[in-house]
Amino acid sequence: MASDETSGKDLTAADSSSVEHVTAAAGTAVVARDALKNPGLPPHRQRVTDLDPRAEKRAERTVYTLFYLSVVGSIFAIAAYMVFPIVPEEPGSVRLNNLFIGIGLALALLALGIGIVHWGKSLMPNTEGIDQRHPVRGSDQARERSVEIYHEVIEESGLGRRALIRNSLIGALVVFPLPAVVLFRGLAPQDQDPVALLNQTMWKKGTRLALDPSGAPIKASDVTLGSSFAVIPEGLQDLEHGRLEEKAKAAVILVRMKPEDLNQLPERVTWSYDGIVAYSKICTHVGCPVGLYEQQTHHLLCPCHQSQFDVADHAKVIFGPAKRALPQLPIAVDSEGYLIAQSDFLEPVGPSFWERQ
Amino acid sequence: MSTATNMKPAATKKPGGLTGAAANYIDERTSASTLVKELGRKIFPDHWSFMLGEVALYSFVIILLSGSFLTFFFQASMAEVHYDGSYVPLKGVEMSVAMASSLDISFDVRGGLLMRQVHHWAALLFVASIGLHMLRIYFTGAFRKPRELNWVIGFVLFILAMAEGFTGYSLPDDLLSGNGLRIIDGMVKGIPVVGTWISFLLFGGEFPGTDIVGRLYSLHILLLPAIIVALIAIHLLFVVVHKHTQYPGAGHTNERVVGYPVLPVYAAKAGGFFFIVFGVVMLMASFFTINPIWNYGPYDPSPVSAGTQPDWYIGFADGALRLVPPGLEWVWFGHTWSFNILIPLTVIGIFIVTVLIYPFIEAWITGDKREHHVLDRPRNAPTRTAIGAAGVTFYAGLWAAASSDIIATHFKLTMEGVIHALQVIVILGPFIAFFITKRVCLALQKKDREIVLHGYESGRIVRLPGGEYIEVHQPVDEYERWKLVSYADYQPLELTPNAQGKVSPLQRVRAGLSRWFFEDRIAPVGTKELEESHGDHH
Repeated sequence: MASDETSGKDLTAADSSSVEHVTAAAGTAVVARDALKNPGLPPHRQRVTDLDPRAEKRAERTVYTLFYLSVVGSIFAIAAYMVFPIVPEEPGSVRLNNLFIGIGLALALLALGIGIVHWGKSLMPNTEGIDQRHPVRGSDQARERSVEIYHEVIEESGLGRRALIRNSLIGALVVFPLPAVVLFRGLAPQDQDPVALLNQTMWKKGTRLALDPSGAPIKASDVTLGSSFAVIPEGLQDLEHGRLEEKAKAAVILVRMKPEDLNQLPERVTWSYDGIVAYSKICTHVGCPVGLYEQQTHHLLCPCHQSQFDVADHAKVIFGPAKRALPQLPIAVDSEGYLIAQSDFLEPVGPSFWERQ
Repeated sequence: MSTATNMKPAATKKPGGLTGAAANYIDERTSASTLVKELGRKIFPDHWSFMLGEVALYSFVIILLSGSFLTFFFQASMAEVHYDGSYVPLKGVEMSVAMASSLDISFDVRGGLLMRQVHHWAALLFVASIGLHMLRIYFTGAFRKPRELNWVIGFVLFILAMAEGFTGYSLPDDLLSGNGLRIIDGMVKGIPVVGTWISFLLFGGEFPGTDIVGRLYSLHILLLPAIIVALIAIHLLFVVVHKHTQYPGAGHTNERVVGYPVLPVYAAKAGGFFFIVFGVVMLMASFFTINPIWNYGPYDPSPVSAGTQPDWYIGFADGALRLVPPGLEWVWFGHTWSFNILIPLTVIGIFIVTVLIYPFIEAWITGDKREHHVLDRPRNAPTRTAIGAAGVTFYAGLWAAASSDIIATHFKLTMEGVIHALQVIVILGPFIAFFITKRVCLALQKKDREIVLHGYESGRIVRLPGGEYIEVHQPVDEYERWKLVSYADYQPLELTPNAQGKVSPLQRVRAGLSRWFFEDRIAPVGTKELEESHGDHH
């Protein structure tokens, strides 16, 4: 073992007159032999309010004036509550209500606070007091008695001798919270499998692409070159239940580019229609909507963590923490010229999860 | 005062007047006089930096007061309604009851917006003041024995404060808070094995579900505040047990505490300060809008606006997510491993745990088992101060990253350039900060020695008979000198074999760390040195 346990006196306690309580190891601290002496407290300096009775009177006046001011502030706040009511459909009235009640309360609080502090600082005695410190540890007596009690308790309860009682007690205490943990299974529906839910969205073969948020179906001819649309499956807005849950998976961004600018994967050439491509709007990083489309560079930017996707290049990641390209929704056009989905997404959308293949 | 003296004799003597009778009545039933005797004149040292913890405590009280008001109006339900309140632009818009009731608090309850803003501003101040308070504790070494456990409690409070902040931020169910929850959902899903199920259970089904606001509400107004109140009570109890630390100075020793008595001076200053903090928060709430949910609208998974920012204290975590290099996600053994999420989570986890256990690490390195009640001036613990500066730089880098897009647009930089620069700062910055800070500390210590030995520069230039010009140095008085020389000096641990003639690997690590800590050290001036320097004054 390294011999660094120099038992030494308290270094900071250069005041040699002080009583040494407990000698604890000083570790690698250097015990200075010729340390300077603590000169003791400097002489007390009197304040102007201690010396000049007029200054004292002035301070007294300041303090009670501030307290009266505080009363004025409180009354002002009550008055403002009545004088500046909120007029329905008039946002300006909310602003005035907020402002004037606030100013009254702030005045009440600040005047009160500053008054009390000023009172304490200028009028109450400012001579320093001294408290002796004692080691935090209990006295030797107390510690000895505690150890005795501990042994008595072990002896009387038999925790030491009766091992079976002790061990079965520990076992019971460990097991008894488990039912409570199991109860928490009820936090989510019993009859659903999260993995199955994550693997599918509302898109089906033939579902029309609709504008978000109006829900109006989109004609291929309405999608002009260079434009982009936030898209939802038709019928989403009419859902009674789970509208937001479905939207959180099914949101799509639709972009039209020159077909020759599109660099499509060979197996996906049939997934677009005349330069119109649809990609999941849910970022593959942690699921923010990838909302910012830059027409010039045809890049999609996620505003949350700055992942960038290149729409011209099957929405692959070109910058940022996301790894996977945005899933593509295969689209086509129906007999009336409306854009429709060929199928659901062929992979789970959104952030990665453990069971994702 | 008169109350206290009247209470001492308790029942035996005739109490004086109504106050005495009341005091006697209470004492005979509660033994309150013991408390007054013990605490009434307890000495508290005074320094401006001791008020940072007070600010934290007071902002928590303000949060409790304003929060209680808000609970009377807020409805933590995610049932869908058509908004029918006073705010015209959102009339008829479908939203959750939580959002609608938050709007009602803002636009239909007199003073409601004020209380919402008081609550939010005080929450921001709460976390900020805890952070500053922690920095003060760290850089002055106030976490040393016997206060290590109180450091741990305080740090847990810091984490809980952030949890309170995040749960509260999510309650109005507006667009921004919904996106915040979506990010949490995405992060949780990235956890191996259990992530998908944790997310499923947390949201009561698929994200966003209809349960999360209600669940966060329980945490926000019941469970978390109860734990925080309990921990604050223990935190303060420890302050009473340990008695407050004080800065080095003439007359200050490890055995006694110098300052003002609790009653009346300290109580007046601290009590008055509560109202000042409250008043400042109130001013902010009256003049500055915070979290205008009516501009964001209700949560919808599709839209999001550019430049979205979390509340400031979540920034470091959000920034860590942004700084991850691309492509860190693989499918192994039929499972997805999202290292783009696991790495930031792990790095932040390690950072948090290191800060949490730092007092124990330093105690192990120094082997110092004594109680320390006199604080270190940061310069007198150069390595600790440098580690602190490195930690602050690391945190600041992550924090800045949460605003990388705003930095890019405001300073007309590229998004990628800002991210790359911050990646470099987060990794190299701490080392640079460590080096610079340590050198600055040592330089300041040298300057202190210089002043003790040769006095300070008086600015008076004297021409000597020989034509030479010198500046007169004025010696410092003994009180000022004591401040400059009273610090503990440690030397690196020397390895010596144990009884078996062996040196354990653990001891080697410890010796290495000790060398790193104390290799560069500047000893305080001693009496001999001081005497030798006399007559040496210019």
